[in-house]
Amino acid sequence: MERYYQPEIECASREEIRKIQSERLVKQVQNVWDNVPMYRKRMEEAGLTPADIQSVDDLHKLPFIEKDDLRDQYPYGLLARPLSDCVRVQSTSGTTGRRVVAFYTQHDLDLWEDCCARAIVAAGGTKDDVCHVSYGYGLFTGGPGLNGGSHRVGCLTLPMSSGNTDRQIQFMTDLGSTIICCTPSYAAYLAESIHERGVRDQIKLKAGIFGAEAWTEEMRHDIEEKLGIKAYDIYGLTEISGPGVSFECSEQTGMHVNEDHFIPEIINPKTGEVLPDGEKGELVFTSITKEAFPLMRYRTRDICVLSREKCSCGRTHVKMSKPLGRSDDMLIVKGVNVFPSQIETVLLNQGYPANYQIIVDRVNNSDTIEVQVEMTPEMFSDNLSEVTAKEKELVAGLKAMLGIYAKVTLVNPKTITRSEGKAVRIIDKRNLYKG
Amino acid sequence: MTVKQISVFLENKPGKLAAFTKLLSDNGIDIRAINIAEASDFGIIRMIVKDIYNATTLLKDANYICSVTDVLAVEVKDEPGALSSLIAVLGDKDVNVEYMYALTNRIKGVAYMIIRPNDQAKAIAALEGSGMKIVSTEQLF
Repeated sequence: MERYYQPEIECASREEIRKIQSERLVKQVQNVWDNVPMYRKRMEEAGLTPADIQSVDDLHKLPFIEKDDLRDQYPYGLLARPLSDCVRVQSTSGTTGRRVVAFYTQHDLDLWEDCCARAIVAAGGTKDDVCHVSYGYGLFTGGPGLNGGSHRVGCLTLPMSSGNTDRQIQFMTDLGSTIICCTPSYAAYLAESIHERGVRDQIKLKAGIFGAEAWTEEMRHDIEEKLGIKAYDIYGLTEISGPGVSFECSEQTGMHVNEDHFIPEIINPKTGEVLPDGEKGELVFTSITKEAFPLMRYRTRDICVLSREKCSCGRTHVKMSKPLGRSDDMLIVKGVNVFPSQIETVLLNQGYPANYQIIVDRVNNSDTIEVQVEMTPEMFSDNLSEVTAKEKELVAGLKAMLGIYAKVTLVNPKTITRSEGKAVRIIDKRNLYKG
Repeated sequence: MTVKQISVFLENKPGKLAAFTKLLSDNGIDIRAINIAEASDFGIIRMIVKDIYNATTLLKDANYICSVTDVLAVEVKDEPGALSSLIAVLGDKDVNVEYMYALTNRIKGVAYMIIRPNDQAKAIAALEGSGMKIVSTEQLF
């Protein structure tokens, strides 16, 4: 039987959800008008005052905001509460200049944890479960989000964080983990490691909640079969809160968006026009309950489809498809957002030409990223240690910028593939959006 | 007196060295000595050729990254212990050897060490001070 963490809202009638959304939206618009100069300016430029937004039907009138706005307003520009009301910061990867920092009041954290708790309960979680959280802890939202949700459900929570597979498996067998939360690629890696160690029969897992990167249906079946679990997808982004913006139910035909907190829209990425349900376009979110860091019509760059068809699980919230692609050139590698422009910045800073190629692959279910750079006469020396020292410096620079290890390969000049004079910058061999 | 060495960047992939040597062969480049230093994904070829200008022009035209470095060619007797005495001379004067390789030529009983010291002037002084013979490119051919 389907269980819910907050059934009164998760299964509320569409009319009720609309009513709640409209009330909260009107309040939020007034809030950002009063407290965030950038929103007020944007609304004024669009000839709007809070009085123009009376219900969700008026949402489309508001201007969009984009990741660049978040960077421009870094760090405090979008705060809608005094800093003294904030209790937490989370952040996306990137250097200081490009980093996005999100602030949370205690109330924001409570609601975020509720969202994650809904996802855990939808995956069958109860207070009798042992919830093994192998997402990274720290500025990354994965660990803290699921950790909080697990507490709310009352699970025995194992804050494992990522890495150290031996220890992960030991805790899993010794403490009888029943729910695992991690990236799908790490789940697949764990599944293989468990088989290699021959401890599959000592594993008590029944469900997994996997997100922070794209994965295919084939991967889902593979993980489900190898671990004998049901694998649930979860979606989120730091800007909006973190994991738990939407989550999968037992039907596994899309992720229910927590609509009482986040209003999703699908737009044509070129024109900004709102598209009807069922049409593919860019996903846009408005956070209607966020206190510290409310985002109004934030363009996620994820390409998705929304569906309001009745779900067999009983939840009434709209479902979004897995992201089907990106409307920009962002890559997600090992759960970390990577923009080619970040790599370009490092190369230029270290005196390399901006002629490079990024090759992303998945080897043994783990993402790899390789940056091929063309060698220049200036970087070259007859002394091997000088060249390798420069190569190491580049690896360190990329690690500092991206937060993950990227292999560097120095190649001969003019060997990087070009098409019609324009270099092909990214080769993603994972084919993640075709599954 | 120094010898000019050409250093070339080469990717560590099958066929790359073959293409490189074929280019030299097709253009009649006479290689006197060659050495490869390898890192994981690339290598550095170092070589002494007869016509340095022709060789570097050819390589640059073919999009190779190369550089020319002054190195020392030191004559040693082709017999056990000769290398050891040569290195001892440098070590005694605190000269560090970055890399080196050897060649022989048509003169029987004589070998040459190509040496890239960390301090060229100090190395020359040390070698000359102990009566070692530093030779020119011409003498290698």
